[in-house]
Amino acid sequence: MSKLVTGIIQPHRLDDVKSALEAAGVRGMTVSEASGYGRQKGHTEVYRGAEYTVDLVPKVRIEVLVPDADAAAIVDAVVGAAQTGRIGDGKVWVVPVDDVARVRTGEHGDSAL
Amino acid sequence: MDWDTGNAAWMLTSASLVLLMTPGLAFFYGGMVRGKSVLNMMMMSFGAMGVVGVVYVLWGWSMSYGADVAGLFGNPFDQFGLSGTLVADGVPVAGLGNYPQAIDVAFQVTFAIITVALISGALADRTRFSTWLVFAGAWATLVYFPMAHMVWGGGLLSGAETGLAAKLFGVTDGAATVAPIDFAGGTVVHINAGVAALVLALIIGRRKGFGTEPMRPHNLPFVMLGAALLWFGWFGFNAGSAFGADATAGLAWVNTTAATCAAMLGWLLTERIRDGHATSLGAASGVVAGLVAITPAAGALNPVTSLILGAVAGGLSALAVGLKYKLGFDDSLDVVGVHLVSGFWGTIGVGLLGDGVGLFLGGGIRQFVVQLVIAVVAILVSGVLTLVIGLVLQRFMGWRVSHEAEVGGIDLAEHGETGYETLAQATVLGRENKEIRV
Repeated sequence: MSKLVTGIIQPHRLDDVKSALEAAGVRGMTVSEASGYGRQKGHTEVYRGAEYTVDLVPKVRIEVLVPDADAAAIVDAVVGAAQTGRIGDGKVWVVPVDDVARVRTGEHGDSAL
Repeated sequence: MDWDTGNAAWMLTSASLVLLMTPGLAFFYGGMVRGKSVLNMMMMSFGAMGVVGVVYVLWGWSMSYGADVAGLFGNPFDQFGLSGTLVADGVPVAGLGNYPQAIDVAFQVTFAIITVALISGALADRTRFSTWLVFAGAWATLVYFPMAHMVWGGGLLSGAETGLAAKLFGVTDGAATVAPIDFAGGTVVHINAGVAALVLALIIGRRKGFGTEPMRPHNLPFVMLGAALLWFGWFGFNAGSAFGADATAGLAWVNTTAATCAAMLGWLLTERIRDGHATSLGAASGVVAGLVAITPAAGALNPVTSLILGAVAGGLSALAVGLKYKLGFDDSLDVVGVHLVSGFWGTIGVGLLGDGVGLFLGGGIRQFVVQLVIAVVAILVSGVLTLVIGLVLQRFMGWRVSHEAEVGGIDLAEHGETGYETLAQATVLGRENKEIRV
């Protein structure tokens, strides 16, 4: 069994999070651009005096598949590297994964990670 | 004939510069709309080039500068198709600055084009292209050419003996004692286009979501590129309106830049105080406000009074653009707030700041009164005529695209294209390669 660790982080913390994950032994990850908001809400922009509230702010989503035993350490690594202490730092969560297959070889389970 | 080749070269250059303003305007406006309507916005400017260029050659020049009819317009048949305009009795006809009149035609057609194109800023995202093209030809014919005749062709708003100004303060040596000053088109171009924009915005109605949904400019670098092209082209507009390569042209160039620099700062300062930021859209808008304000005044002010005129224009227009939300009319890209307001200010500003004629420069009140009268008459003429054209087109063609087209994007609905690949969702899915029909 393995776990999927998903983190939504501030875009400017991506490099630090990547380094921390590599240091923790993670060998691959998927990174995508995301947009959303939490308690931070959006921000306002003003064009020729007209104020627009922009709800969704840019974020980065980072996804890592890890063996069960490593999940807690990986979450800590992401939190440690992504944290600035301000509203808008993001979230990290873990979900169980039934099975993983490596496309190149057809391996299943932990050996596919 | 011994032409002044220096003047000829400068005026040919000026005409080319002013023509470039309209594609520049296409970028200025195109960047300000949402990505799904950028092509339609730009096509309204390009479409105006096509239609107005054609009607200008056929009857535009003749209606502007042909034989006078009651001080209101030139006879369209007098020089129809430019007959007798370029060559008469086998020799080239002389223009205003001892160069062939063909160059004056070149210069003037570019003014007609940009004036019509300016109006399109009020009509973003929702206007049928075919109705726009018909409007462009009708409005140029019924409003622009007569206005050009009235102001520049010896008509009602000029300094002619039969004009309004002559009726106000009398006649000296066969011309009005206090002649109106509209150096390069504050009334003919900017007040005229600004009023037309307001009238059409009222006829056509608001965009869906106006005032409630965000309608952010999709490409501010386009807006700044457009403002830069407009500024560059405006040297032809203003310095070219000296009709020669002379001291007046030089003064107009310096005044144009002085007013524009000050207007940009005026706009930025206003929004920094009001909204907290000095924005790129504000800088680009301030540039245009300054260029508009100095247009009627470029030959009549000095560089220092130009700074004052420009700074006030930037501040005024920055405040005026918010009015549409309070009053509820969707002048989408602020043609009223920028062109009508700064055009009006520049026109009456000549009566306050004009060298030797302005109220604050020892000229008394008379020039100010004349300027105010021509500005107000221009507003009335443009307003009434545009209302008639707009309502007739509303009745017989319809102005608006369908609700689905407006929401889904007017580019695809009216032109069968999208400005950006992502809007057609072709990038990731590779949809465009599935089927190619030739």
